[in-house]
Amino acid sequence: MAEDTRDAQSLTGTDDARIPTVIADELHIVYRVNGAKTGKGSATAALSRILKRGSDDAARGVRKVHAVKGVSFVAYKGEAVGLIGSNGSGKSTLLRAIAGLLPAESGRVYTHGQPSLLGVNAALMNDLTGERNVILGGLAMGMSREQIRERYQEIVDFSGINEKGDFITLPMRTYSSGMAARLRFSIAAAKDHDVLMIDEALATGDRKFQKRSEERIRELRKEAGTVFLVSHNNKSIRDTCNRVLWLERGELRMDGPTDEVIKEYEKFTGK
Amino acid sequence: MVAVSAPVSPDEGLTAAQLADRHGLTVSGARPSLVEYVRQLWDRRHFILAFSRAKLTAQYSQAKLGQLWQVATPLLNAAVYFFIFGVILNASRGMPKDVYIPFLVTGVFVFTFTQSSVMAGVRAISGNLGLVRALHFPRASLPISFALQQLQQLLFSMVVLFAVAIGFGHYPDMSWALIVPVLILQFLFNTGLALIMARAGAKTPDLAQLMPFVMRTWMYASGVMFSIPIMLADKPQWLATVLQWNPAAIYMDLMRFALIDEYGAENLPDHVWAAAGGWAALFALGGFVYFWKAEERYGRG
Repeated sequence: MAEDTRDAQSLTGTDDARIPTVIADELHIVYRVNGAKTGKGSATAALSRILKRGSDDAARGVRKVHAVKGVSFVAYKGEAVGLIGSNGSGKSTLLRAIAGLLPAESGRVYTHGQPSLLGVNAALMNDLTGERNVILGGLAMGMSREQIRERYQEIVDFSGINEKGDFITLPMRTYSSGMAARLRFSIAAAKDHDVLMIDEALATGDRKFQKRSEERIRELRKEAGTVFLVSHNNKSIRDTCNRVLWLERGELRMDGPTDEVIKEYEKFTGK
Repeated sequence: MVAVSAPVSPDEGLTAAQLADRHGLTVSGARPSLVEYVRQLWDRRHFILAFSRAKLTAQYSQAKLGQLWQVATPLLNAAVYFFIFGVILNASRGMPKDVYIPFLVTGVFVFTFTQSSVMAGVRAISGNLGLVRALHFPRASLPISFALQQLQQLLFSMVVLFAVAIGFGHYPDMSWALIVPVLILQFLFNTGLALIMARAGAKTPDLAQLMPFVMRTWMYASGVMFSIPIMLADKPQWLATVLQWNPAAIYMDLMRFALIDEYGAENLPDHVWAAAGGWAALFALGGFVYFWKAEERYGRG
C-alpha cells in the first residue's frame, strides 16, 4: 500500500512543489447508537439498560459502529481524490471527518483552511420562498450579505427556476422535486472553497441541468485547492479524479492512481 | 551527508504531525479559543438573525390566517388562563379585576418567553443534527438563534399585553420605560439557559420529554397566576422568599411593576434589580462557556 501512495504522489509532478492540504493520521470514527443492542424497543428493555448504568457502553445497550478504522493518507494541492467502496464502507463518514463535522474517536485530521462539504440542504426551509432560501443558505455557508447580493441573480439564473415563470417568490414546498434539487445545488455551488468535498448526488435534475452542474463542478475544482469526490459511478470518478482511495469496511484497501485502483475495484466487485 | 542522485523531499520521513506543522495545517474540527469563538459567532450574526426570522415565519406559513397567529396565539393563551384562574378558581385573592387581569397576562407571557426558550434550547442541537453535520458554523448560533426567535415572538405578545393593560386603565407612563431593561435582562438569562439546555439535550435527547414537566412545576411555583406573598401568607416565610427570588418570578414581577400602576414596589423583593442583573449575567456567561466547552463534540452519534 505504501508503494501505491508514492505512485499517486509522483503523478502530481515535481516533489518540491507539492503542498499537503489534507493529512489524515490513523483516523478512527465510531458512531454510538442508543438502544439498538437487542433490537427490542420495549420499555422494560430500556429500563434494564438504565439500571445497568455505570458499566461500559456495551452493557448499557449502546451499540458501537466502527465506521472508519485507522485511515491515513496525505492529499496535496491540485489533486482530485475519488473515494470508492461498496455501500457502508465509510466513504461519507470519512468525508465528514475531514470536514471536521464528525468528531474523531482517535487519530487526527489536519487541513489547510476550512474544508467544506458541497450541500446546504439542511439549512433550507420548505415553507420559505426560494428567494429567502437563497439568502439563508448563503448565510449558513458563511457568505456575507454583500457576497450573496452579488451572486443572487447568478444563483437564480443557474438554477433555471425562473425559466417557467416567477417561481423564486413561491415557497419551496410548491416546487417539484427536480426544481428544488436544482435550487439546492445552485446555492451550494455558489461559494468558492479551499478544499471541496462532493458527496455523490451530482445527477440531479434534467439532462440540461446535469451538464450545467458538471461544468460548474469542474470550475470549482479549478478554484479549489483539493477536491474529494464520493461516487458509485466509476465513470465520473475516472473523468474527474487523478487519485483514488478505496475504502472497504472502514479500512483503506488501496490508494493510488485512478486507473489502477478502479481496475482492482472492478475486479473485486466482479464487473 | 552525501548528495543523492534524486533530490530528497524535505518532507520525507516526517510524522503526520510534523508534516502538518511544517505546512501550517491545523487540526480539523478542533475547538477554537473562547475569544476566537466569540469572533466567529459575531461573524455569523447575520445568519443567526436570518435563521431566527425564517423559523418564525415558517411557523405559520401554512395557516390561512398566516402571521396573524403571532398575535392570536398569545391572546388565546391569556384568555384560557383568565377563564380557569380568574373566573373558575378565583385565584385573584383580593386583587381587583382591573389589576388581576393584566397581572395574569403579564405573568403568562413573560413566563412563556423563558419556557419556550428552554424547550427550543433542548432541541437546538439534537433537532438540527442534519445542519450540524453538514455545515460549519459556531454551534452556539443555534441556541442563540432560537432564543432570539422567542424574543421576536414575545414582541408580538407585547402588543397584546399593551392592549390589555390600556384596556384596564393602565396608561403608558414613565415606568413603562423599564420594560426595555427587563426584556434585555430576561433575554440574556433565557439565552444562557437555552445554551445549557442545548448541550444537555445534545447528550441526552430524553430531556425533551422530561422538560415540559419541569417547566410546568416551575411555572406554578413562580406565581404566574397568583401573588406569592399573599398565597403563601400562612406558610413559613423562607418558602415565599425562595420562590420570589427565582429568576422567572423576578422578571415577571419587574414587568408587572413597570406596566401596572397599582402594582407597586411593595410587591418586589429587596435588591430586585441586582438579582435580575445577577441572574442574567450568571446564566449568560456561565451558559456560554459551558456550551463552548463541548463545541467539538456536537454532532457525534
